[in-house]
This record gives sequence, C-alpha cells and structure tokens, in this order.
Amino acid sequence: MTQASIAVSPDASVQYLLRIGDTCLILAQRLAEWCGHAPVVEEDIALSNMALDLIGQARAVLTRAGQLEAERGGEHHDEDQLAFLRDERDFRNLTLVELPRGDFAVTMLRNFAVASFLELLWQRLESSSDSELAGIAGKAVKEARYHREHAADWVVRLGDGTTESAARMKAALDGLWPYVAEIFEADTVDELAAAARIGPRWADLRDEWRARFESVIGAASLTLPADRPFRSTGKSGRHSEHLGYILAEMQHLQRSFPGGVW
Amino acid sequence: MSDALLSSRVERAWQVLGTVLDPEVPVVSVCDLGIVRDVIESEDAGLTVVVTPTYSGCPATEVIEKSIVDALEAEGLGPVRIEMRRAPAWTTDWMSEAGRTKLRAYGIAPPGPVAAAAVAPLRFVRRASTVALACPRCESTNTERISAFGATACKALWRCRACGEPFEHFKPI
Repeated sequence: MTQASIAVSPDASVQYLLRIGDTCLILAQRLAEWCGHAPVVEEDIALSNMALDLIGQARAVLTRAGQLEAERGGEHHDEDQLAFLRDERDFRNLTLVELPRGDFAVTMLRNFAVASFLELLWQRLESSSDSELAGIAGKAVKEARYHREHAADWVVRLGDGTTESAARMKAALDGLWPYVAEIFEADTVDELAAAARIGPRWADLRDEWRARFESVIGAASLTLPADRPFRSTGKSGRHSEHLGYILAEMQHLQRSFPGGVW
Repeated sequence: MSDALLSSRVERAWQVLGTVLDPEVPVVSVCDLGIVRDVIESEDAGLTVVVTPTYSGCPATEVIEKSIVDALEAEGLGPVRIEMRRAPAWTTDWMSEAGRTKLRAYGIAPPGPVAAAAVAPLRFVRRASTVALACPRCESTNTERISAFGATACKALWRCRACGEPFEHFKPI
C-alpha cells in the first residue's frame, strides 16, 4: 500500500510560506549530499551543519504553513505531511536550489546567492504581521549570516584563486545566474502576501541583494553575466527535471510505509 | 494553594532544572544555557516550562524537552508541559557566568559578547581572526580558527598555536 498525496491550500500566505520552507528543505537535501564527500573534513562538517540549520528552518516554516491552512478554513497539515506527501507540482521551492550540487564551486556560489537572499528575507520577516513567523525569522537570520559569510569567503577564494579554481567559479556563475532571476520575479502570491503584511515582496529585495552579491563577485575577480529573458518557474510549481528524483528519495519511506516512525 | 506554596513549587522546579544537563555538553545545565525562559504554575496544578530553541535545527531540542519533563516529574512536580517560545531569539549572552566557567573547565572556550561578534567579520577561509580567543587549556591567546562549524551547531573548531591542542569554541550568536 502506498500513501496518497495531499492537496494544499492555494491561499497566498500559505503559498508564500511554502516557497520559503521548500527552498530551505530542498537546498538542505542538496547540501546533505556532500556529507562524506566534501574536499576537507571541516567543509564536510560545515555543509552538514548548514543542511541541519536549513532543515530546522524548513520544519518551523512548514509547521506554520500547515497551521495557517487551518486558520484560513482549509485542512490542517503537519510538517511531515507537507514534506513527504506533496507531489512535485505542489512544491514551491526556487528551481535554483533543486539543480544538482555540481562541483564545490557550484555549491558555494549557490549557497552564497541563496543565503544572501534568505538573510535579507529573514531580516524583513522579523517584522511580519504573523508573530510566529517573526519568531522563526529572529532565529534563522543569525544562522543565515553564517551561511552567507562562509559561502562568500569561498567564492572569493576560488574566483580569485588558481587558473583552475577561477575557471570553475566562472562556470558556476555563468551556469547558475539565469536561475537567480526567478527569486525576484513578482507575481500574485508575492503581492497578496505582502498586502497581508506576512512578508516583503521578494521583488523589492532585488536591488539590495544585487549590490551585495555584486560586491563579492567583484572581490572574486568575476563579472556578472548579462541578464537573459529566461525565467525558471519553481516558485509556482513548474520544476526542472531534477526535483522529482530528490522527492523520490526523500519521500520513499513515508510513501511506502505510511506513518512509519523511528 | 497559598502564594507561598505556589512560589516554593516554582522555586523547587528551578532547582531541579539546574540539574538537567545539555545532552551534547553534559556539564552545563539548561538554566546555565539560558534556554529556560520561565516556569509557570498553571491553574490546573500543572507546571509549564517555557523553553527557547538554541539553533533551528538543533537535534538536541527534543531530548532536552524530554529530560526536563522527566526530571520534574521524577521530583513529583508534574504534570509538566513544555511551551516553545521563539521570540526573542536565544542568544549566548543569556548564558550564566557559572555556565561559562564550567564550559572552560570542560575544554570549550565560552562565547564572548554577541555585540562585538556581530560586527566582526567571520572570516571562514582566511583563518586570522579579529577575536583573540583564549585556549581553555593553556590560556594563550595565540589561537586560530580551523572552522566556524563543529561537531554540533553551537560550536566552532579552533587550534592553539602555543600548546598545539585543538579545542572547541561555543559560538556567540
């Protein structure tokens, strides 16, 4: 017997929280893949620690999303149901975080892009009209700072390093840059959640994020690639071919053995 | 129940909580860490212990909650409820002086004030640090950070250049 999927409330505030929670959750899965494979043991530990922080943040935000579903007249779902029983199309993470982990340059550049965005987001969410979300943000913002500074140091070290490391960091930047635009793409969920004072419009964080990102990219002797019209669409549930494989592995136990516990 | 009895029950609870140790650093109590924010006698004669998480993903959180309930109930102070309060967010500034002394004796450099750490760059790759951290073994400040992440979310890895020993540092956050 397998466990059927759940349907999630289309309420904009719920969807806004799923975007945050899913982005943390899926990035955590990608970072956890480095456990036992990082270039040095300190980085192995660092990446596992960051994955754990992100899982903790995802748990708190998904829990709140499920409560909000019930408060808005929908069905209540707990963190486990939301993580393990939603189909791919109901995941709302940025496409950027589901892309394969690549080499260490790809992992570090992505961490830098996402952590510097999440740090700005958590800062704004500290004054959310939702006091529970504000509390989660107050904790997460301290963790995001560690993640951002860790990744920024590596981006500079590799970008401004040897011919080989610089070429790899440049390739990482060129490869990931097209997916960054999705973060700040405005849409109805962004507008409605901001109107409800749940959190900021992500689109409004673009300039501040870009200034911070570009200063580190400059210190790494790299230049930002040109913006292109391509837009990924993970935030609205249309994902790359990679997410399904992550979910297959992550959800397998709860799907095959419903309600199974340790 | 009179006010005097009520307060003595809460006082006894605080004494018991002073003996509940962190599972990852089993020399400091949950009170030393500053994660117990309040103990409240409820109307229905139960005790509510208000705790705050250290890190979002700290796997010790659930073990700590269970240890608190078990310890208080074993002393006849139950039934006990745990209330998780996230705001204001936990900071190492809430750690007691006694807790800091116990950490140092255990071989972990205690956290400095958060205000100073918040403005100093973390410097993950270049190991030179702007913070002069004393080795908990030989007290030399000729030390370097090896990694900002350690065996648990709350600790960083350091090394003493004077005595050559590696040691852990409880991160100010």
